Amino acid sequence: MSRRDRIEQALTAALHPATLDVRDESHLHVGHAGARPGGETHYRIIISARAFQGTTLVARHRLVNEALRDEFATGLHALAIAATPAN
Amino acid sequence: MTAATTPQASSTHDRIAAAVASQDVVVFMKGTPQFPMCGFSGQVVQILDHLGVPFKGINVLDDGDIRQGIKDFTNWPTIPQIFIKGEFIGGCDILREMFQSGELASTLAEKGIAA
Repeated sequence: MSRRDRIEQALTAALHPATLDVRDESHLHVGHAGARPGGETHYRIIISARAFQGTTLVARHRLVNEALRDEFATGLHALAIAATPAN
Repeated sequence: MTAATTPQASSTHDRIAAAVASQDVVVFMKGTPQFPMCGFSGQVVQILDHLGVPFKGINVLDDGDIRQGIKDFTNWPTIPQIFIKGEFIGGCDILREMFQSGELASTLAEKGIAA
């Protein structure tokens, strides 16, 4: 399973998002710090979830980061996160 | 043995705490404000420069202890990391969203940081 798929699974399990879009943008960072030959290092996550209602931006990012702890431990380098509350 | 109990880890923590307190706005980043080495760090510099906010950039690529230590300090897995008056604000996306919404300017004004 690709890291993109694992990210999608982990976020779905942890946050039950209303909408979720995970994009592998590793190719945009080739040659930069943190990029690795096999890619799978940089992702963009666009997510809306009820879990974000009434939370600060920092708290939303922490929820996403926490759900992806295993991925960060195995080479995930950077996320661009857009997290909004869903009704 | 947990990392937090080793003398080196505790001194890294102390160095980070001192750095965070050393100036109103502090950015842990890759590269320097003059030569950012990562797009996300570069965006943070652009936003702060655009607002005319003085800030201290700390290049984590110069110091492996700080590079890992800052992630433990904030329990935040990525760099850059921005602090305002000692308070952890977040990373690049959060700073940009705060900038776009006007919240960053009002936060800086509330905290008495001249931009």
